Amino acid sequence: METMNAYHLYLWLIPALPFAGFVINGFLGRKLPKLIVSSVALGAPLASFAVVVRAALMVWPGSGSVALPYVENFAGTWMLAGLLHVDFTFALDQLTLIMLLVITGVGFLIHIYSVGYMTHEDGYWRYFSYLNLFLFFMTVLVLAENYLLMFVGWEGVGLASYLLIGFYFDKTSAANAGRKAFVVNRIGDFGFLLGMFLILAQFGSLSFSQMGSSLANVPGMHGGILTAICICLVLGATGKSAQIPLYIWLPDAMEGPTPVSALIHAATMVTAGVYLIARTHFLFDRSPMALAIVAIIGAATAFFAATVALVQTDIKRVLAYSTISQLGYMFLGCGVAAYSAAIFHLMTHAFFKALLFLAAGSVIHGLSGQQDMRKMGGLRKKLPVTFWTMTAGVIAIAGIFPFAGFFSKDAILYEAFQHGTPGKVLWFVGLVTALLTSFYMFRLWYMTFFGESRADTHPDTHLAEPGLNAKHAHGVHESSWVMLAPLAILAVLSLLGGWVGMDRFGGFLAPVLGPVTVPAHEPGGNTLDLGLSVVAVATAALGWFLADLFYRRKPDRPMAIQASMPGVYTLLENKYAVDEIYGMTIVQPLILFSRYVLGGFGEVGIIRGATWVLGGATTLSGEFVRRWQSGNLRSYAGWLAAGAAVLLIFAASYALGVSGTMIHLNWGGH
Amino acid sequence: MSFETIPGSWYLILSAALFCLGVVGFLIKRTLITVFMSIELMLNAVNLSFVTFAHEWHAVKGQIFVFFVMVVAAAEAAVGLAIIIAVYRSRSTLNVDQIDLMKL
Repeated sequence: METMNAYHLYLWLIPALPFAGFVINGFLGRKLPKLIVSSVALGAPLASFAVVVRAALMVWPGSGSVALPYVENFAGTWMLAGLLHVDFTFALDQLTLIMLLVITGVGFLIHIYSVGYMTHEDGYWRYFSYLNLFLFFMTVLVLAENYLLMFVGWEGVGLASYLLIGFYFDKTSAANAGRKAFVVNRIGDFGFLLGMFLILAQFGSLSFSQMGSSLANVPGMHGGILTAICICLVLGATGKSAQIPLYIWLPDAMEGPTPVSALIHAATMVTAGVYLIARTHFLFDRSPMALAIVAIIGAATAFFAATVALVQTDIKRVLAYSTISQLGYMFLGCGVAAYSAAIFHLMTHAFFKALLFLAAGSVIHGLSGQQDMRKMGGLRKKLPVTFWTMTAGVIAIAGIFPFAGFFSKDAILYEAFQHGTPGKVLWFVGLVTALLTSFYMFRLWYMTFFGESRADTHPDTHLAEPGLNAKHAHGVHESSWVMLAPLAILAVLSLLGGWVGMDRFGGFLAPVLGPVTVPAHEPGGNTLDLGLSVVAVATAALGWFLADLFYRRKPDRPMAIQASMPGVYTLLENKYAVDEIYGMTIVQPLILFSRYVLGGFGEVGIIRGATWVLGGATTLSGEFVRRWQSGNLRSYAGWLAAGAAVLLIFAASYALGVSGTMIHLNWGGH
Repeated sequence: MSFETIPGSWYLILSAALFCLGVVGFLIKRTLITVFMSIELMLNAVNLSFVTFAHEWHAVKGQIFVFFVMVVAAAEAAVGLAIIIAVYRSRSTLNVDQIDLMKL
């Protein structure tokens, strides 16, 4: 397995550098001046990115310095117990390389942006130490060569996510949102753990490469235990990647600072589930049922989340549901075994969704904390850079040629269409979702940047991110260049990121994920595929047209539609009441069970009851025995004498009874 | 009747009688001095039985024990009398029924 390489890639540095940043800022940041905190916080991901780029240049096809996969054991053996053998091993292959470039690259841009965005916040050092900690765990997650090390990263990003969602921990809603994200992710992690146990039982190893080779020895093995493993892993993936049924934490996660939403809850962490499926595709390839489940989850989530996004008024919530919907696309891609297309969409989505979130953050920043789109409007002239960069993001996510989203979304839809009759259904759902996506994104665009300003004259006192409002409550203003530069870079990436093309991208990933078919608009495609692309673009354009009609030309039309079907509208606005349904069917019964069965019977009845009985018995016997200690000397003497007498009688009777003879004494003189 | 003609059991009976006198005195007397003297009486009763057994069995161990007991009793007398004087100074009484502070 280990390939001999002349060069060393120093993979361990990639997570180690952000970890060093976390340690320095986490322990000393409170006392350090802001400039040093920023330098450390930005230097760590930049250095990490540099290591990744160096590795990328060395492994680039043609450079020939290093062969992939490159395996690096950086700390020897981790666990050795019976059959279980786990090493501290990192591996770099094409898939990991793409993930690393996205994570450290986009991560670094978001770090830069954060310097501007968080500059007025109190916990500046705390924020950056958490952000570096996140990068540490995320790079461990994608570099890990076995499930257990991956699980370390998997849990760690959950921790970092929890810390950052609850960054404004003195706000109850933020603290609750952090807890909700953590608990819901635990449910998914439970599936991941079960999957790992099953893998260990079946393969005797948690290493990806060893699993791959032992699977290759049994070509006839399908379904059965593999399906069970896959379903467990899919449960884990739905938790992390916010898919049905565990998506509910992601909309609430918007309580965190906006750059966090961009980095963790849009570009990187939430794609970990997609990465997990792509990484273990050799299992999924053997289990059509698991693939079908993934595809159905993906399509259902994509459509469902898109409908909710149609009526949300909080700019970040729209983007949150949009993220869930786009992650659904990636699952859909995985579900039709188009892993490369899913990873392609993962990459372009990281570009344009990070851009959208950061631009939304810039809008919120410019409005001193306002997130409600009903109170925006007419910001095109006041926030020109934000407007133009966000426009790039909106067009990219809508899937309009030639922006990045078009290429990746088209690749997924094309693969779905090729996937037989069920694939046609998936394709149609995907297409409708694309229409909805285009509509709600342009709705956001029009509501935010066009028309008349609907801003309140009175500053809102209940704003999401308190620091923004408290520190500079002056008029609408464009953000500083620190925030606009990352926007510009991401806008360029959103524009050009898709031009790498599915054939080259898929070809690059082929050693890991298997060969891909080539869609239409690229060399090697055919006219049917071209037709599909035209349909997709037309759908996106239709969405734009409808949004333009409703939110620019006839702004009273949405109200009329809303009034004509209040039931549907309320259902959507309340997000299908899924939180409430979960609350009634799962959370409340659990709370009642905990309170009355575990708490009432278990805690009060057994644990407290046992201590009560023990303590009571001791007290009672003490009450009785304490009367002996009267302090009266003569009573002590009496007990002493009585005790001595009892001992004497006992000894005498024992001596008489056992030996049967008196102690011999010479009673007479002689 | 010479000393040798008196049987050893008589000494033991005397010892037991002295010991019981000591116990009864310890239990019924209220004055601390008398209680203290009762203790001395019990110690000496035991000494007597030690010497008797030593003589009967021609063993010297019992007599050595008696010396130990006498030494300890002397020390105990010194400490005990000092305590009695201290108690009398602070409480102006030697009635054991009134010296009962050491209780729960």
